[in-house]
Amino acid sequence: MLSALFFYLFATVCVGAAFMVVVAKNPVHAVLFLILAFFNAAGLFVLLGAEFLAMILVVVYVGAVLVLFLFVVMMLDVDFAALKAGFIKYLPVGATVGLLLLAELVFILGAWLTAPDIVVQAPTPPPGDISNTEAIGLILYTRYVYLFEAAGLILLVAMIGAIVLTLHHKRDVRRQSVAAQVARTREQSVELVEIESGRGLR
Amino acid sequence: MSVGLTHYLTLAAILFTLGIFGIFLNRKNVIVILMSIELMLLAVNINLVAFSAFHADLVGQIFAMIVLTVAAAEAAIGLAIVVVYFRNRGTIDVAEIDLLKG
Repeated sequence: MLSALFFYLFATVCVGAAFMVVVAKNPVHAVLFLILAFFNAAGLFVLLGAEFLAMILVVVYVGAVLVLFLFVVMMLDVDFAALKAGFIKYLPVGATVGLLLLAELVFILGAWLTAPDIVVQAPTPPPGDISNTEAIGLILYTRYVYLFEAAGLILLVAMIGAIVLTLHHKRDVRRQSVAAQVARTREQSVELVEIESGRGLR
Repeated sequence: MSVGLTHYLTLAAILFTLGIFGIFLNRKNVIVILMSIELMLLAVNINLVAFSAFHADLVGQIFAMIVLTVAAAEAAIGLAIVVVYFRNRGTIDVAEIDLLKG
């Protein structure tokens, strides 16, 4: 009963926040509503018993990815009002396509059945026996270890790609060259000059 | 009143539709398009976790983690491209990205 109440609370706020993401005038507000939507989705994950994914969603997604969105939105000096210009023009076709897709998905849900002889690949251990995090760790690092390493590789490639894309050096800035400094010899940099008295150095 | 699998699937369907609606509505603003894609990936994750919970199969949660990884990588690369594009052209209007005359 209480879980049903919380399901409807989280679901309503999540859908409302998602709608506000789409229609918000200010992109900063859109990012903040997206954060709200992800928090409520994390609540739904907790209701489903997937605590580890819920915490991943809050820590990694809200804490890193959405804050990155916020940084980029605030960093770019863009006239967002001009980007909103075609909003009314695209509304009818967007609403039509969206409603059609929603109707199709609801029809699928209405006629959908699970095969009774479905094979469970990795059965969930009974709650209280081991925690969700421990159960995920037990299969993630054994049977799905290659998938796990592939995920690490994806993140590495994404990190290198983002750095390569955004790193750039300004042309007219003098930079320190450590190699040139270390390779300097005494002959290149020190000169001994005999100076006659009263003549000075010319 | 009890919440079943269909409730979660309906919620995910609504979120996915809202994501597509957002892409249609904000055709000029790349950042909002990226956020709409995030919404759609969140809907997919809710589907995966709901199936995982109601069929008592943990593989769905593993797959949801992989989806999260790919979504994070996509957001990082996408935002990097947006920043570089803004540095070169001074705008993020999707309609102006026509250098290749495609």
